[in-house]
Amino acid sequence: MAIELEINGVKRQVTAEADTPLLWVLRDELHMTGTKYGCGVAQCGACTVHLDGKAVRSCQTPISAVGAGKITTVEGLGGAHPLQTAWVKNDVPQCGYCQSGQIMSAAALLADNPKPSDADIDAAMAGNLCRCGAYQRIHTAIKDAAGALAVNAKS
Amino acid sequence: MFIAPKTAPDGASHPNRREALVIGSALVGGALLVGCSPADIMGSGAPKSDFGPFGPFVKVAADGSVTVMNKHQEMGQGNHAGLAAIVAEEMDADWSTVKVEHSAANAKIYANSLMGVQGTGGSTAIANSWMQLRKVGASARAMFVKAAADTWKVPEAEIKVKDGVVSHASGKSAHFGDLLEAASKVTPPKDPALKDPKDFTLIGSDRVRRKDSLAKSTGQAKYTQDVYLPDMLTAVVAHAPKFGGKLKSFDATEALKVAGVKDVFKIATGVAVVATGVHAARKGRDALKIEWDDSKAETRSTPEMIEDYRKIASGAVTPSDDKWAPFIAKGEVGKLDGADVLKTSFDFPYLAHATMEPMNCVAQVDGSKCKLTYGAQGHSLDQMAAATVVLNLPGAIEIETLFAGGSFGRRSSWDSDYVVEAVQIAKHVGKFRPVKLVWTREDDMAGGHYRPMAHHDVAVKTDADGYPVAWRHRLVIQSFAKASPMMASMMVKNNVDATSVEGVMGSPYLEATKAVDAQVFTPHNPVTTLWWRSVGATHAAPVMEHTIDMLAAKAKIDPVTYRREMYRRAGKSAERHLAVLNLAVEKSGWDQPLKDGWTRGVAVHESFGSVVANVCEVKIEGGEPKVRRVVVAVDCGVAIAKDQIAAQMEGGTCYGLSAAMFGQVTLNKGAPVETNFDTYRVLRHNEAPKVETYIIASANPPSGVGEPGTPVIMASVPNAIFAATGKPVTSFPIVKA
Repeated sequence: MAIELEINGVKRQVTAEADTPLLWVLRDELHMTGTKYGCGVAQCGACTVHLDGKAVRSCQTPISAVGAGKITTVEGLGGAHPLQTAWVKNDVPQCGYCQSGQIMSAAALLADNPKPSDADIDAAMAGNLCRCGAYQRIHTAIKDAAGALAVNAKS
Repeated sequence: MFIAPKTAPDGASHPNRREALVIGSALVGGALLVGCSPADIMGSGAPKSDFGPFGPFVKVAADGSVTVMNKHQEMGQGNHAGLAAIVAEEMDADWSTVKVEHSAANAKIYANSLMGVQGTGGSTAIANSWMQLRKVGASARAMFVKAAADTWKVPEAEIKVKDGVVSHASGKSAHFGDLLEAASKVTPPKDPALKDPKDFTLIGSDRVRRKDSLAKSTGQAKYTQDVYLPDMLTAVVAHAPKFGGKLKSFDATEALKVAGVKDVFKIATGVAVVATGVHAARKGRDALKIEWDDSKAETRSTPEMIEDYRKIASGAVTPSDDKWAPFIAKGEVGKLDGADVLKTSFDFPYLAHATMEPMNCVAQVDGSKCKLTYGAQGHSLDQMAAATVVLNLPGAIEIETLFAGGSFGRRSSWDSDYVVEAVQIAKHVGKFRPVKLVWTREDDMAGGHYRPMAHHDVAVKTDADGYPVAWRHRLVIQSFAKASPMMASMMVKNNVDATSVEGVMGSPYLEATKAVDAQVFTPHNPVTTLWWRSVGATHAAPVMEHTIDMLAAKAKIDPVTYRREMYRRAGKSAERHLAVLNLAVEKSGWDQPLKDGWTRGVAVHESFGSVVANVCEVKIEGGEPKVRRVVVAVDCGVAIAKDQIAAQMEGGTCYGLSAAMFGQVTLNKGAPVETNFDTYRVLRHNEAPKVETYIIASANPPSGVGEPGTPVIMASVPNAIFAATGKPVTSFPIVKA
């Protein structure tokens, strides 16, 4: 099927089978490679993107279900998002493969809850696996970014 | 390649294991040529003249920026930063502008100096590069100094270099870029003077940080999965569901009807489906009708296999296809019975590496010409294996190395399994058309190459004070070295695969025990096994450390006090163990009891030349152990990238904790049961402890950090649970499914 998607504010025309997961349209059709394949069954979070501002697992989102929804991928954060700045400051990544998904889950969390508690962060991030075990730096970086957002909001 | 060269406290190596590794690695491709070095066996690679004036490891651009070539794989362990820092230190380069790139594959130039061929493993990236890259940096610095001295007509001894700027007291000053042309013409010194380590300004400083964090936080870092080349096809493979199963027949009629599927054909390991993308390839594979021949397949389920291992260990059964092999025999152990004898046994499951990026490889083949683009880790091994498919010299196989999305040992495989699949498929497609082989998560987890199952039987007789005087150890474990006849011929000595017994062999506790009888038995079955982050230590550490805690409890002695006495008895070989133990004990507050049901556990283990102590805090909540704080003390020689050492202790702790608590691949009649993260449980964000890392100051040459953080947590958590409950933890994973 031919379908129009809005990705990072840009309308894109793609042709794909209706049951194709959004993940594989992003990757194999559009070559937007920031969004990663990890498990294909919504268990690892590496493929996390935003659909109308909510974090979703793109490996379990068939393209037919996207409709006119607005998609944001890691490329759409722009590189200077407070989370990305905090990720670099804390040298969070090791292999780095899961980090796009981690950041997209964290971005959805902060958009909803700018001052998350430790328990809020644990709950929001429990679906994103990191086999390198960078969890404590991910946790610290989210708190750093929340702090930076709070400072920006005041100034 | 995770067979770590052991490094003694004085930094001296044990050459026998290294030699065995080198020759064993060279044999994998079947290209043994007596009298040739392993690099010679590889055949043609790029000539040295292809590199710039500063040689194959460093490039300087016209703007003065320095690029370091990393001959290893950066798979998360931070060697991009550590290796570049070694060059930058000796070169006095401007660290803020230093870049790092993966080098080409070329065993003659980029061999791991502890292996003789190119490859990353055994936590050796920094250790084997230490002197090599110091000389590279010092040589480049000397060339800039000579260029400046000649240009300014001043003595070389009066020239200073700092942050990529060359200067003289007269006020003359120039950037590396300004002097590039003149420096390029200087003959590199044969034996450049190295810095006195006390003059290091970058190494060991907080400035040594990762170079890839921004790329990896913006989705820009490139992994194999991200390769899209013009006209590229995507391939998946249908593998036999049972280990040892073979293809009998297949019907591709329905698969070929799937939109996007281009071809379906047999390869050595199953049926390949080639398509325009992953989704089409998977649908095509789902539509295949395949009959498998299971006549030589594994057909047991895990409980039967565990029972079989126990029977072998007890001597009730001795399979005819191998023999018991002694690996430590000293004194007279005698009959071990009575009140002064502790008897215990341990069972360990198969573990999948479960890297975040499943295995994959992009291959292009035209006749005997072959290019591979992927997260190469065992460059030379893969070249040898690919060469046997396209019938070329290993050195002629071109490799472009990308970041790997984790490895933990998996991407350096003794049989180059998925690389060979990619080359076979690309050969069938031909015309140098790029083919990306994609393993799904299920392919990856069911693909074997697991940390082997293991069973340990231990009996220890103690003296009047409760310390060991006789130790009998029986270990039953598959050997991946024995799985390849040629590797076995060189890597297995006296029928003992060193990776099976490491950690028991070399234990300070056995050094401190007068009589020891330790033997290993290798059961053979079609389930493939492989090194897995910290290899033998993954089971040796929990066995040795838990046995020590059980002995301490029997003698009513504090586990820390008990270890100190054991290290005293072991003597010089345990001095570093004692030092890390004391540091971890002090930082953890071991002597202050915890409240609210929290209990501490301690463990110490040496692997890959480094010694790590770990004190964890554990509480049983909702039937599962929860770990909140972990104090790690590490002696890894000179600390180059301190923050990355901490990162590896944090990550190694999570990796080991995940496996000890939840990790297992079980078999149901020969087929793996856990094939994705819904059943192969791994540690999640909310379950991760806070890890504090303390590094022992040391002037010894650097030793491993990627792996040694892993085994200690696999031992300290069981010890904490034992302290809390009084019940030994002898079956893994701790949390049953």
